[in-house]
Amino acid sequence: MARATTPREIARELERRRKDAAGVDVGQSYWSIARRRFLKHRLAMIGGGVALALTLMALLAPWIAPHSFDKIDLQRRWVSPSLSANVFGTDELGRDVLTRIMFAGRISLVVGYVTAVSISMIGSLVGAVAGFYGGWADSALMRLVDILISVPTLPLYLILAALVPGGGVGRIVFVLSVFGWTTVARLVRGQILSLKSQDFVEAGRAMGASEARLIFRHMIPNSLAPVIVASTLVVGNAILIESALSYLGLGIQPPVPSWGNMLQRAQEYLLKASWLAVFPGLLIFITVLSFNFLGDGLRDALDPRLKT
Amino acid sequence: MQRFLVRRAMHGAIILVGLSILLFSLLVFTPGDPVELIAASTPDIKPEDVAALRAYYGLDDPVFIRYFKWARSVLSGDLGFSRTYGTPVTKLMGERLRNTLTLLATSVALAFAVGVSVGIYSALHQYSATDYTVTVLAFAGLAMPVFWQGIVFILLFAVWLPWFPAGGMMTPGVAPGWPAFVDRVWHLVLPVAVLATSGMAGWTRYSRSSMLEVIRQDYVRTARAKGNPENVVINKHALRNALIPIITLVALTIPGVLNGAVLTETVFSWPGMGLLLFQAVLGHDYNVAMAVLLFVALMTVAANLLADIAYAMVDPRIRYD
Repeated sequence: MARATTPREIARELERRRKDAAGVDVGQSYWSIARRRFLKHRLAMIGGGVALALTLMALLAPWIAPHSFDKIDLQRRWVSPSLSANVFGTDELGRDVLTRIMFAGRISLVVGYVTAVSISMIGSLVGAVAGFYGGWADSALMRLVDILISVPTLPLYLILAALVPGGGVGRIVFVLSVFGWTTVARLVRGQILSLKSQDFVEAGRAMGASEARLIFRHMIPNSLAPVIVASTLVVGNAILIESALSYLGLGIQPPVPSWGNMLQRAQEYLLKASWLAVFPGLLIFITVLSFNFLGDGLRDALDPRLKT
Repeated sequence: MQRFLVRRAMHGAIILVGLSILLFSLLVFTPGDPVELIAASTPDIKPEDVAALRAYYGLDDPVFIRYFKWARSVLSGDLGFSRTYGTPVTKLMGERLRNTLTLLATSVALAFAVGVSVGIYSALHQYSATDYTVTVLAFAGLAMPVFWQGIVFILLFAVWLPWFPAGGMMTPGVAPGWPAFVDRVWHLVLPVAVLATSGMAGWTRYSRSSMLEVIRQDYVRTARAKGNPENVVINKHALRNALIPIITLVALTIPGVLNGAVLTETVFSWPGMGLLLFQAVLGHDYNVAMAVLLFVALMTVAANLLADIAYAMVDPRIRYD
């Protein structure tokens, strides 16, 4: 094998040695390695791009939507999709479907994002307390997690949604959070258990740090990676459950549009206006898919051991 | 082994009891108990009658006593009365349970068979075009909203191409025997296809990663080095070992399938437990909802136990103590 002799060859050799087999620079911090891995993950980049585009569409809906989302025009009912007037057609009250989809996206995405935040906060807190203190509180919480993980949750969501009055975003986020925190809690608990005996935590304790400081300052930040992955997947999942509940009439209540409740009566009009059934569902599908790609890419980037 | 199974059964029982407590407390905090509902629909009822009814139903007892009373009647087979149907809940369950099990069993079998074969094939051709397509399709299957897929399938295969019925379980007036059987299978096609999708996607991913792990093992290389033909290496040495972890996952996917069943049955008006639950929830018929949930939980716990037994049987390396 020829040895590197000229300065340029030596520089190139050194550059090569700094990278591992996957072509990832190894001489850097955890987060910068993760960032590079993530940027190399093609599906995750596509997912992230689409999720960003959808979020922008929802944010800017009042300015970019072609029509007003609740304007009823009985002269223009059941207009089929066309590039000239109503791109996705109009519904049974003559409202523009594209406009309604944009505004519905605001609701569905807010439900997704807020649920993800609320679930990761509740889950981290419960998991951290359970893992740190152990004892009967830990056993009780973990039994509850066992129960919620081993039974189908949609029936539980249905019942809870029927019991909690109202029809807005806050109510759906509440319903989704009540049973949804378990995965995050389990993940964080596992992390905390393994961090508890590590030297830097012992060092913090030896220096007289309070328990709260140990948990919030040292242990939770170090168990962040799986929480980030899980909560990205929660966004998609929450949108999926919200749309199912809204489709069944137990979620977001009309006239506020959500992708799920736009499909509520679509089945009735299938013969007359098939476009009503197609587009809102397509948006749910694309949104969930892109958040799943994003979450999967984040998992590969943040925790290579978990790679499936 | 026996001790292991007993322990798993105990665990299942604890989950059932825990869930029943959870459900009962959910329902206790519901505004509008049965007597208030009677009182609301009977304007000229006397306050002392309301009090007598409350005492009769035991509604003024402490919550935990009410729970024990309720649990005792459930254990003796009395699930209470349905408000909307006016019959004992147990009477409602029988046929619907059978319909749901038909739907579930067919979908799970289909999803398992297709998913595992596709996953194994995909693993054996890692990084090929087929492998990429399969991976993306599996993602798509997991992101698909079940109810929307149902609506789209009805649009495609019942409205535009009138091949299959758009809902229901059978056509009234079809001659019994063979024609009736064919008619039922015909009605089963679309709901099963919809319900099997996410399961199929899941199985593809699990079996692909399980197979990928196994074919890198030393014993597979040894089998190959001995000069075994490739199909023996794959079928006898790799596949069997790859299937072991997949078996335990059968139980893990049951809750997801049951979630899907609620939506599939609603979209296709399939007269099963899922549709019953949905109607019960809409009609505030909580005795029925509770009974369905308990059945569903029982099914899940039973599936878990079966998976444990299967796992212990197929893998002699596993020791339980």
